[in-house]
Amino acid sequence: MIIFEKSKNKLVFYILSVIALIYIAGCSPSSSKPASTEQLIRYNIGAEPATLDPALSSGMMEQTVANALLEGLVRLDQDGLPAPGMAKSWDVSPDYKTYTFHLRECSWSNGEPLTAGDFVYAWLRALSPETACPYAYQLFYLVNGKEFNSGEVTDPSSVGVRAEGKDRLVVNLKDPVPYFLSLTAFPTLFPVPENVVSRDPAGWLRAPEGLVCNGPFKLTAWEHNKQILLAKNNQYWDRENVKLEKLIITLVDDSNTELAMFEKGQIDIAETPPYREIERLAESGLLKLSPDLSNEYYMFNTEVKPFDQVLVRKALSLAIDRESLVTNLIKSGEKAAYAFVPPGVEGPAPGRDFRSHGEKLIGGFNPAVAKGLLAEAGFPEGRGFPKIKVLLDNNQNHKAVAEAITGMWLEHLGVQSEIAEQEYRVYLNTMFGKDYQVARVGWVADYNDPMTFLDMWVTDSDNNLANWANAQYDQLIDKALGAGDRPTRNELMFEAEKILMDEQPVIPIYYYTNPYLERETIKGVIHPSFAFFADFKWAYVE
Amino acid sequence: MLGYVLRRAGFNLGVMLVVVTLTFFLMRLLPGDPFMSQRINPDIKENLYAKYGLDQPAARQYADYLTALARFDLGESLKYPGRTVNQIIAESFPVSAAVGFPALALAAFLGVTAGVLSAIWHNRWPDRFILAWATLGLSIPNFALGAGLIYIFALKLGIFPVAMYEKPLDLVLPVLTLAIWPAAVITRLIRTEMIEVLQRDYIISARVRGLGPAAVVLRHALPNALPAAIHYTGPLAATLLTGSFIVEKIFALPGLGQYYITSIGNRDYNLVAGITIFYTFILLVSTFLTDLLAFSLNPRCRYRNGS
Repeated sequence: MIIFEKSKNKLVFYILSVIALIYIAGCSPSSSKPASTEQLIRYNIGAEPATLDPALSSGMMEQTVANALLEGLVRLDQDGLPAPGMAKSWDVSPDYKTYTFHLRECSWSNGEPLTAGDFVYAWLRALSPETACPYAYQLFYLVNGKEFNSGEVTDPSSVGVRAEGKDRLVVNLKDPVPYFLSLTAFPTLFPVPENVVSRDPAGWLRAPEGLVCNGPFKLTAWEHNKQILLAKNNQYWDRENVKLEKLIITLVDDSNTELAMFEKGQIDIAETPPYREIERLAESGLLKLSPDLSNEYYMFNTEVKPFDQVLVRKALSLAIDRESLVTNLIKSGEKAAYAFVPPGVEGPAPGRDFRSHGEKLIGGFNPAVAKGLLAEAGFPEGRGFPKIKVLLDNNQNHKAVAEAITGMWLEHLGVQSEIAEQEYRVYLNTMFGKDYQVARVGWVADYNDPMTFLDMWVTDSDNNLANWANAQYDQLIDKALGAGDRPTRNELMFEAEKILMDEQPVIPIYYYTNPYLERETIKGVIHPSFAFFADFKWAYVE
Repeated sequence: MLGYVLRRAGFNLGVMLVVVTLTFFLMRLLPGDPFMSQRINPDIKENLYAKYGLDQPAARQYADYLTALARFDLGESLKYPGRTVNQIIAESFPVSAAVGFPALALAAFLGVTAGVLSAIWHNRWPDRFILAWATLGLSIPNFALGAGLIYIFALKLGIFPVAMYEKPLDLVLPVLTLAIWPAAVITRLIRTEMIEVLQRDYIISARVRGLGPAAVVLRHALPNALPAAIHYTGPLAATLLTGSFIVEKIFALPGLGQYYITSIGNRDYNLVAGITIFYTFILLVSTFLTDLLAFSLNPRCRYRNGS
């Protein structure tokens, strides 16, 4: 039905134009920020940190922010080695079991003095069952640390940490722990201001003046899910070396949006460049890579047939062309892995790599040998081999790698597989329920020592989800844990790793690197290989 | 009228209780728990369970939850320790609403205008032009539209920031992204109804009586073509006001939609339940309001009520 005459079409045209214009949105340009040499860095960290309380934090994001606000006994320097922090010096007993820290004279951001008592308070708080600190195990090295956390021991004075006066902290460890020093740079071991926190242990961060800190920066505002604003802390002991006046930590979760913001100049450092853009960014020279103490591996449930056979596990490992995976598929600086402990993990001496013991503990891609091993295991040409179920968490990257690996198994061994993707927590639940055959797992170092990759494979470890048991391995790890002498300890761990790689309950695929984008004018930002994404203490804008 | 409102409120309360109960138990039935992590120690997990009362029997937890709910206390977030669900909703809902409300208004305006024009020129080129736009609006997914708008207006033309709004005008792109789809739906709803209404006898007699086209369309035809769109707007308002996960994610808006989706992955039982209850509340209220609106527009209801 037409109720308007044709001549009115003009009017329609105008109305439609207006609508179209609304669609194309003509608004005045927003003023873009002028370039300046202001000592300000805008850093996108990703999602919202769960908390800034060092005792409650349990992720890299939280730890990175905590590390800007607070400082432990030491702070890791450019090379990842412990540099004096709240402690100006320390003495370590020859058996690595007693650490005595001499604190410098310094104060909290509210001007109150920081004492050894603040450390004792913070550590006991982190260990106390009521606090329910998810990373409490970082303090289980202390005498009675684990027992205090489980409630077996209730007397705090029996835990291996005490203050001797205001400036001396004595720590007693159960076993020799050569990496304990660098562990004190970890947020769980950060001090908290006893006077402030004891008044309101759950809500001390919420008060506007609440976050009393001792690190290079202090908190000015936390706009949830949007940004965290930090400013230089003028009470910080080493303030002369902090050049940065302001640090804006944006909380943009979407990696494509993050990239667009970086390209538009809205942020200076982008922590998670989108996977699909890595190649283009690498070509443009914007992409930077920092070492990362983490690996990706495939784990077998060694109690499920036929994965109980070492021959089968080895055959599957040898059929994977790791070099092709890292050069043709993932391409963001990952390195093919032929051992379990990633390069960069500290070995026999400070600054010496554990991998200097040996780089390659398993054979490289060799389909002929793989076929032979599978035949020896009773599956010539893959005949009679059951369909492998590969468990993954739902992540596009993990899926792409799994598709490539299962493709290699089919091509070189004639073995069929199916990929089962599960939502992250469902996947964890399946793995912890040991209801899987083969699972893709990634592991990130908790501290800079091979033990963080090796102690989980002892028979009674909660994290040994491969159901793998090897008495010799257990013995070697046990000995290493008790060895006070660093080179001996490393020899023992290397022997253990060789057994792990000989039996292959887990087959390493590659070692990760950490890709990020950083503007040329930004200098001095440290990108540590574990625990934190970035450290801004020495950062400045050129 | 008062009786109707009270009956409706009672019914809605029942709906809320069902939603609360379902959410409470379904979340706990999901495999995996809030403190599941690759490396947690059983003792530590026990401490966390005890801290949040998850070690209690489910019936006890449910009773505690309802008791707190009666005081409008939605509990503490399990993912964000020290922050209550009430605080999180109070902080993020205004952000979602600041995008959702203009998007709703824009969608309604565009939808009604385009729908009416389309019906008036039924099967002529303006109709086809509008239908083409509407089909486009229906078929482009949010994330593609958002990314496209960012690319053109933020990266290429530099008119808007990529993300992170500072002033109201910065919200133009997310509002557009959010409004296009419902605008297209409303366009089609109005068009269909309007075409039908315009063929009715009373419209023809109105025209014969010499009423101008504007009066015919706006005063006589439109009120009768609106109810379908109004009923659609109820649930739509709730959805738009409480935020879209995708739009909030790509434009980095600190709204409620993002919390809703991530809280499920985090198994943040209290946050999931809290936002679900809040969403249900908004949904019931907006449905109720749109019902009242439709009711008041319907002459038959009006006359019956008046007599």
